[in-house]
Amino acid sequence: MSYVTAIKAAGLREVDAPHSEVVHFGPDRPLELDAGSTLCPLTIAYQTYGALNADKSNAILVCHALTGDQHVANDHPITGKPGWWQTMVGPGKPIDTDRYFVIASNVVGGCMGTTGPASLNPATGRPYGLDLPVVTIRDMVRAQAMLIDHLGIDTLFCVVGGSMGGMQVLQWAASYPSRVFAAMPVATAAKHSSQNIAFHEVGRQAVMADPDWRKGRYLEEGVVPTKGLAVARMAAHITYLSDEALQSKFGRKLQGLAAPAFSFDAEFQIENYLRYQGMSFVDRFDANSYLYMTRACDYFDLAADYGGSLALAFKNTRTRFCVVSFNSDWLYPTAASRAIVHALNAGGASVSFVDIETDRGHDAFLLNIPEFFATTRGFLDAAARARGLPPAASIG
Amino acid sequence: MHGAEPLPHPSLPSPRVDLLLVADMVAANSRVLDVGCGDGTLLRLLSEEKGVDARGIELSQRGVNDCVAKGLSVIQGDADTDLAAYPDDAFDYVILSQTIQATRQPRKVLENMLRIGRHAIVSFPNFGHWRIRLQVAIGGHMPRTRNLPAAWYETPNIHFCTIRDFVALVQEVDARIERCVALDRFGTPLASTAPWIWNMFGEQGVFRLTRKP
Repeated sequence: MSYVTAIKAAGLREVDAPHSEVVHFGPDRPLELDAGSTLCPLTIAYQTYGALNADKSNAILVCHALTGDQHVANDHPITGKPGWWQTMVGPGKPIDTDRYFVIASNVVGGCMGTTGPASLNPATGRPYGLDLPVVTIRDMVRAQAMLIDHLGIDTLFCVVGGSMGGMQVLQWAASYPSRVFAAMPVATAAKHSSQNIAFHEVGRQAVMADPDWRKGRYLEEGVVPTKGLAVARMAAHITYLSDEALQSKFGRKLQGLAAPAFSFDAEFQIENYLRYQGMSFVDRFDANSYLYMTRACDYFDLAADYGGSLALAFKNTRTRFCVVSFNSDWLYPTAASRAIVHALNAGGASVSFVDIETDRGHDAFLLNIPEFFATTRGFLDAAARARGLPPAASIG
Repeated sequence: MHGAEPLPHPSLPSPRVDLLLVADMVAANSRVLDVGCGDGTLLRLLSEEKGVDARGIELSQRGVNDCVAKGLSVIQGDADTDLAAYPDDAFDYVILSQTIQATRQPRKVLENMLRIGRHAIVSFPNFGHWRIRLQVAIGGHMPRTRNLPAAWYETPNIHFCTIRDFVALVQEVDARIERCVALDRFGTPLASTAPWIWNMFGEQGVFRLTRKP
């Protein structure tokens, strides 16, 4: 089977021909990886919204989470659903595209057009599969910096993102302090906890236990490990919600039954919901990419690069920070955000910290929560005043 | 509403006239940490009127969210636990207005303030005021006043002190009083400087301290 036929058969047409802008980096610009090797050639797929101003001072980089992508504020090319942050990003929204130039790129290792395990390995003429070196959050950020250079932007007005996106925000602020005017890490942590790694390992084992995974070579064999990937997604999805939210939404309610039928079908509404989440995920995501994304998070420990001191990562930084957590998020709990805040304080940084009260768990960062939106708007407004950006009305 | 519209000038409710006095003790263009910054009234006053790099800590989530939505640099936190993370001499002034009586360890809080700031500014209700003494002595009940209306069983204020007690604490932590004012019930500074007059007739004390060299 040809490469293009294989990825199309797997529903991964965006890998090869994304509905996005793309930039290619050839042998003159290899991506240096933490694993010690380089990735070359490298393709980065990205979306932009709004207009870059004349002095290129109004650019906001939005970093996506584990299974997110660059389609922040437009309909998704595979699912047709609204972009994952369409409530937050757009004209008149808190991240106001009438005022800011918003950039979002698919991370390296992804499956929406940026080079990842489903991409063609020019050395073999086959998909990379597990031949792609393991990537880290820092590798993702290095690749993003290459994109920002390509766009001719020196300093980003703001870098913002939730969950794995928040890790990229922290890495940006630590790696390129002079290129980040403001940073907004949301629902994230400066390192992956043992529990975080444990959940990710469950997901990876589910994928690899699927007989259709074929040691990562499923694309060439014309199969897809949908069952394993769906189970991985189901397990992960539980960690994105809260006990309270599950209880109030589903409780012990049965799905289309008046009484238990004493079977192993999806009798409970929560089972039905999780199965739906699992099955709809496999239509848009590559199983190997899931392995790479989860691994990148597992390796994340920002302080480790600074002698174990997170404060050193942010020493003398001039970046303005706004750290946001959600009180029912048990995946990246408030305490993990507070540790970031303490390190920023110790480093003398300008930092705001808001813990938003909600029962929606980790997923809250994707939802329309008024206090979160007011925080984002207020923080960006104040940063824009400090940066001398005009209000939205006076552009164009 | 969005965009950088000019912010309305902060209005000071009358019980917080001490904020104006506190602001008066802060030099322009300095670095300030306001511990227990509430809705950010003092932070805005300092940053807008005096060009201060003003940051805050506030316990209540509502207060923090209001501040951050207004564009102020404020973190959700607690004077008792969150001051320890700041390095020495991080600020020119660390302010604690109307909050010391609500901390668990006032002495430790004051020591931390003097460590991370070159100056500490503290304002607090004086429990030695004659009305309060009268309520305890004659009324035989825990005092309740216009500014301290909560009953003993629901007040967040767990460590009240008199002006005399506070001065003793200042000596205890080896600090020096640079400036001090006692305010009457209308927020007017008392004319007399006699310590017993202050302790009897001052409703609030406002002190600026520094470490002894």
